[in-house]
Amino acid sequence: MRKLLVALFGFLTLRKRRERRREQPPPEQPVLPPPDRGAENAVIVLLLLAGLAGAAFVFFYATSSIPHQTQWLGLTIGIALGLVAAALIVLGRTLLNEEESEEDYPPHEHPEEQEQIEELVERTGSRFTRKGLLKAAGGAAALGVGAALVAPAASLGPVTGTNSLYDTPWRRGLRLVDVRGRPFLADDIEEGTFYTAFPEGASRDELGAPLVLVRLDPKALRLPAGRGSWAPGGILAYSKICTHAACAVALYRKPTFPAIDPRPALVCPCHYSTFDPAQGAKVLFGPAGRPLPQLPLEIDPQGNLRAAGNFSGPVGPAWWGTHLRGPGNPS
Amino acid sequence: MRRLRLPLVLVLGALAITAIAKGQPPSGISRPSNETALSQVELGSQLYAGNCASCHGVAGRGIVSNTSHQGVGGIRGRGPSLRGVGAEAAYLYLTTGFMPLSNPGERPYRRRVLFSDREIQALIAYVASLAPGPGIPHVDPAKGSVSDGFRLFTENCAGCHQAVAEGGYVTDARVPALKQSTPTQIAAAVRTGPYLMPSFSKRQISDSELNSLVAYVEASKHPKDRGGWGIGHIGPVPEGMVAWAVAGLALVGLCVLIGERVRT
Amino acid sequence: MIRRGVQFLDRRSGAAPFLRKTLRYVFPDHWSFLLGEVALYAFIVLVATGIYLTLFFEPSLAKTVYHGQYAPLQGREMSHAYKSAVDLSFSVKAGLLMRQTHHWAANVFVAAIVIHMLRIFFTGAFRKPRELTYLIGLLMLFTVLLEGYLGYSMVDDLLSGMGLAIGYSVALSIPFVGGNLAMLLWGAPYPGTDAFESRMYITHVFILPILIATLLVVHLVLVASRHHTQFKRKRVNPERKVLGIASFPGQAPRSLGLMFGTAAVLFLLGGLVQINPIWLWGPYHLADGTNGAQPDWYLGWLIGALRLVPSFDVVIGNYTLVPNPFWGGALFPLVVLVVLAAWPWIEKRVTGDHGYHNVLDRPRDAPGRTAFGAGFFTWVALIFLAGSADRAYVSLGWSYVTQIWIYRVLVIVAPVAIFFVTRRVCRELQAIDVVERDRHEAEEAAARA
Repeated sequence: MRKLLVALFGFLTLRKRRERRREQPPPEQPVLPPPDRGAENAVIVLLLLAGLAGAAFVFFYATSSIPHQTQWLGLTIGIALGLVAAALIVLGRTLLNEEESEEDYPPHEHPEEQEQIEELVERTGSRFTRKGLLKAAGGAAALGVGAALVAPAASLGPVTGTNSLYDTPWRRGLRLVDVRGRPFLADDIEEGTFYTAFPEGASRDELGAPLVLVRLDPKALRLPAGRGSWAPGGILAYSKICTHAACAVALYRKPTFPAIDPRPALVCPCHYSTFDPAQGAKVLFGPAGRPLPQLPLEIDPQGNLRAAGNFSGPVGPAWWGTHLRGPGNPS
Repeated sequence: MRRLRLPLVLVLGALAITAIAKGQPPSGISRPSNETALSQVELGSQLYAGNCASCHGVAGRGIVSNTSHQGVGGIRGRGPSLRGVGAEAAYLYLTTGFMPLSNPGERPYRRRVLFSDREIQALIAYVASLAPGPGIPHVDPAKGSVSDGFRLFTENCAGCHQAVAEGGYVTDARVPALKQSTPTQIAAAVRTGPYLMPSFSKRQISDSELNSLVAYVEASKHPKDRGGWGIGHIGPVPEGMVAWAVAGLALVGLCVLIGERVRT
Repeated sequence: MIRRGVQFLDRRSGAAPFLRKTLRYVFPDHWSFLLGEVALYAFIVLVATGIYLTLFFEPSLAKTVYHGQYAPLQGREMSHAYKSAVDLSFSVKAGLLMRQTHHWAANVFVAAIVIHMLRIFFTGAFRKPRELTYLIGLLMLFTVLLEGYLGYSMVDDLLSGMGLAIGYSVALSIPFVGGNLAMLLWGAPYPGTDAFESRMYITHVFILPILIATLLVVHLVLVASRHHTQFKRKRVNPERKVLGIASFPGQAPRSLGLMFGTAAVLFLLGGLVQINPIWLWGPYHLADGTNGAQPDWYLGWLIGALRLVPSFDVVIGNYTLVPNPFWGGALFPLVVLVVLAAWPWIEKRVTGDHGYHNVLDRPRDAPGRTAFGAGFFTWVALIFLAGSADRAYVSLGWSYVTQIWIYRVLVIVAPVAIFFVTRRVCRELQAIDVVERDRHEAEEAAARA
């Protein structure tokens, strides 16, 4: 045990060996320290312990359902690898602690060979009488064949099909349902909370599908022009997909005491874009560049909430054509 | 060491100030001196008058005008009406320590409750007596399903409270973690919607769904940390810290151990 | 015995001279030269654990219902991808160890590359004739960022799914062609076709690892063929001769020890410290969100940038020329890459130094470079910190909105200030060096007299 400690701490002092000046040895054969049984013992012990730790890993692996199995496995393999590392490091600092040697840096360049290559290429080229034309033809071939090789990549997706970015599953008359498919009755929508709605019978797994529903006092609404009838009874429906970077706008803050508390707002958890539902989801804070699109609502004779049309603008994050046309339905 | 003293003092001082500011208790509770002699009704109304009326007004009517109202201890009071909030809200705000506040603009957070149990009961009874309102909810998490609760929590709560109820941020406010909330407090919060939180009625989240929701929140107090030390259950931020502080230091340290230092 | 083995090899390949040269290759000896090796060994652990994971992971978005060991997910609808990752964590023995080690290795891999790159930059190791080596290293860094992003996004959990939506939005935000690019990559508007999962998978387990491995080999070959740089040495002319420890037997046990040590640290973390507990987040649905969603640390600079940019889309007529996420998500990393890549040539132009350099600078000996590096790093680091301002609010109570405004000012002011301060400090240190040297020489002269 003492020898082990001596060997382990020995490597700390052996550092200084390398700093002593010595004649430059030939680089082929290393100058190594004298044999050191202490160091050897240390390495042997470390390696044996590593073997044990590895065996412990196998044991813990084979034992079915012990608590904290992952921790035991990680600990044993980590210790095993660490002990091997220690053995190698001890080796490197003691028995194989080679003297410094030197080597030349390679030459900066090889002008002769460079010239030979240049000459080789030029000689080959001198056989051609119309180099320009041949180069142009080669270029044409490269272009054509290259285009042919690259073209099938376009099958990955509809490169020119950006029109589908305007599609939403909503159309006039579709009922609003919750995540379990139950229709929303207008009377069920209360103030002070928020709901997530989807189009009945249509695809749910697209950006245009989910809505966030809130009800505000109709007198508090200041919607953009032309949306006077869009919020029957103060019920507002906005796309739940943030117009900044497509996260779900999953936060709603409502004031318990409006005299002091901030106004109702829909907030996105990704970069905290904050939208004011009373003003057509206008951006109050955060990086979103445009309001959430609003879906006009109507209440049918049975009291169900239905879409009264499509969104006020394209759903989701902005792109080149965001303002070029309005949202539509897939054809 | 000497060169470090001033920056060290500044850093520690800044942290201390933040800590002190965070832990500041409200400006004290005023209690009647003959408390034990009073009945629950009398105690409730006296405690209310001494601690709540300055913001919530006489008989819980609220103070919503812009002119300031000088209350006990010089507090300028403004607060909502408590008529109809019922025992449910009073229970929530008082047992969590959200109330009382030092001033109306203060943001609430869970803190040490300064009222005794009897005082809280008296105040709850007083507020409930102001006007008919919801009673303290009864929840039975054992009847709920944790998996249903996880689904409901993700759909309705995780946006603010974080997937495992570690709390978070909503614009202009901090959202608390739920690690210290009791099942009844959680149920009361869901129904009441304290402060900026939405309020979810039975029509939106039924009583049985609430049982499941509470069962999930209870389970998330001790998440399944099968992978080892949970480091806060909020994902990549603490993970990155560990990668740099633990692995980074260990591995750079290993390089220093193995390699040499500059010798010119 | 050894003779017979070497003879067998040499007769059939002629490799003995090459082998001897390699075995006696001289490594200059400084601890900071080992940082690149740490990255290499982390990569090896990544490949090894990654291969294991591919034998279990199902890259399919087809829906299934969970009936497994983790109770809170019982009966929940999820993709096969997510389910196979949860099963790896709960039902496959040592599965969670492999998953976590793999993820820790990814985080540490990028950290090691960054520290290594900083060392290369601040010692001027990128100068002629090593500009190509440096560029390949940069290319590897940015490839690795994408590789990591795809790796944790494949699992289809709530946290990474939110991040993928952001990636889609950044692609969409590229002026003119963003919409077309997003359609090409995703195959349809977000969430895209089911094939997108396969695309992420094959890119992550095959295309990018091959690319990274190839770049790595070229990088190492270039390092060896131009030879390692070294700090100034008194004993020899350091531009001509390199002093150090030969590959074998001197350097080999130390490098191998570093390899096992790196693997040890990664496996210890993989077993003892939880990372990416996807069962806690739940499966991804595009109508769900959680607070505190963050990308892995090496993309934190991008979330910071996305949060800092104020609210505006550049709209001309009806054309949205520059949607908001472009600035933080695409332009910012592009600028960082271009500046870093162009730096060897910028420095040559500014200093007029077009010579070969085998000798490294101490950072203080190149005040302009060190100051620029410090300022540039400060810029990126501040943007990175801004990305976790919300958690700073939750933990420390500093107002988020105020923090954002302070960061917006700091990211412009601080790098400039740091530049001037650092340059001054370098010059002061150089002056101290001169004084020390003069004093030392005077003492020696006095001692001899």
